[in-house]
Amino acid sequence: MSATAPSSEPLVQVEGLHTYYGKSHILHGVTLEVGRGEVVGLIGRNGVGKSTTLKTIMGLVNARQGEIRLEGSSITHEAPHRLARRGIGYVPEDRRIFRLLTVMENLRTGFDRAGVTAERKKMLLDKVFAYFPVLAERRDQAGGTLSGGEQQMLAIARAMMLEPKIILLDEPTEGLMPRMVSQIHQIIDALHKEGVAILLVEQNVPLTLEASQRIYIMEKGMVRHHCATSEITINDPLIKQYLGV
Amino acid sequence: MNTIIGFIQNIPLDLLLIQTVNGIVTGMILALVASGLTLIFGIMDVVNFAHGELFMLGAYVGVVVFALTGNFWIALILATMIVAILGASMQILTLRPLIGRDPLTTILATFGISLILQNYVLWQFGPVARKISEPITTHFNLFYLEYPWYRLVIAGLSAALIGLFWVFLKQSKFGVWIRATTQDRVMAQAMGIPVPWVYTGVFAIGAALAAASGVLFAPMAGVTHTMGLDWVLKAFIVVVVGGMGSLGGSIAAAIFISLLEAYAAIWVSPAQAVIVSFIVLILTLLFRPTGLFVPTPK
Repeated sequence: MSATAPSSEPLVQVEGLHTYYGKSHILHGVTLEVGRGEVVGLIGRNGVGKSTTLKTIMGLVNARQGEIRLEGSSITHEAPHRLARRGIGYVPEDRRIFRLLTVMENLRTGFDRAGVTAERKKMLLDKVFAYFPVLAERRDQAGGTLSGGEQQMLAIARAMMLEPKIILLDEPTEGLMPRMVSQIHQIIDALHKEGVAILLVEQNVPLTLEASQRIYIMEKGMVRHHCATSEITINDPLIKQYLGV
Repeated sequence: MNTIIGFIQNIPLDLLLIQTVNGIVTGMILALVASGLTLIFGIMDVVNFAHGELFMLGAYVGVVVFALTGNFWIALILATMIVAILGASMQILTLRPLIGRDPLTTILATFGISLILQNYVLWQFGPVARKISEPITTHFNLFYLEYPWYRLVIAGLSAALIGLFWVFLKQSKFGVWIRATTQDRVMAQAMGIPVPWVYTGVFAIGAALAAASGVLFAPMAGVTHTMGLDWVLKAFIVVVVGGMGSLGGSIAAAIFISLLEAYAAIWVSPAQAVIVSFIVLILTLLFRPTGLFVPTPK
């Protein structure tokens, strides 16, 4: 465990990742990296393995080949709950909030852990309630009674409770109305300002290009292209080729 | 019509009241046994066939501690703690390696454990029933009966234990972990909850609840190596009727079924009254398989 990794080293490095669901080969050697505090977009058509990449990093799906490193040390076969404690937050595609737990209890799954003082817990809560005032209003309501947008906020807020170094954010704007989409964009920007890295999987390409510093374009379980978002526009032939509608 | 009215008029009121008290007393012990069973099922999808043996083991540890100390309450507390530790080690050694396998393997594993425990106790203690004497021997008059206070104390203690457990689930950090894991174990892991240890903890709590009920029940009947069988069978009925994995449902079902059996025993022999439980079970499975005491699933 190298606790004192040099700061030039990427926060998360993924190298030659191969993942299978049963016999079907999903990831064919995915390689990417995310720097400290960097927002990185991962785009591509449906079913190219974007969500699987996030799940594999989180340890929810086992990589059969390849390596994942967090701050230089290998985490390829680490249990998900240890990764969460080491600073990886996960916001899944379908939100997966605990529907029968109240909003407060949902947040508590993240902040109520060893080594967090009472003041720190309060500070964390105040921070997310400032970002998402609606969650403060509904703190004693069951998570399942929230609207889709509110559930998405709760899922992000819940991950923030872990004080993560990186958040794996899977399709946060899926199924949300436009007003909520811009709110999610603001949250991504705010997290970026705080120095939290984000690996963002999105179908909404314009949002991804605006919110991220770099993007990876995936096709058939592999990264096909990789560039800074300043070098590419929404009308780029590459975008048409890999995401063409 | 007249025969029905005649039948109702012929029910002796005093007997009805006595049976109500009896039903509630058994119901509370049963609720304590079933709450551990339903919790283990709800969180791990493990049908614990060794639950009755944990009940029995609690009673035997109680017998040993009682013989050494002569104090019932020390026996109750120590038996609960020892069986909790035993339950935790049982889970780590036999069920943890089976996580993610076919549910049938866990059924076989717990069934195997139950056989081992039964025969171990038979080997160590022999077939003769042991006895723990009641800590409270006073009686009160319930109509023509000298009713032991101890039975009411058991009901009260069981209710208190269930209440404590409920508060623990609702308020404590570990309680939130248990409920989160029950709902979505993958997401619980992703939130940093050490799910394998939550499983172990829940198994230990379930074992502790079973052991506590075993010691509490021991003075009312003998302690034998097969004493768990009746209880676990009824506890299974209660868990299904109450809605698999629902704690509140199991408690309600335990009292409901015990009351029904107690009332049935007014007219038929207690051994036949057990049939009522099976009728309730069959009707529940036929008409409301999700359980009687849970909200209608959407």
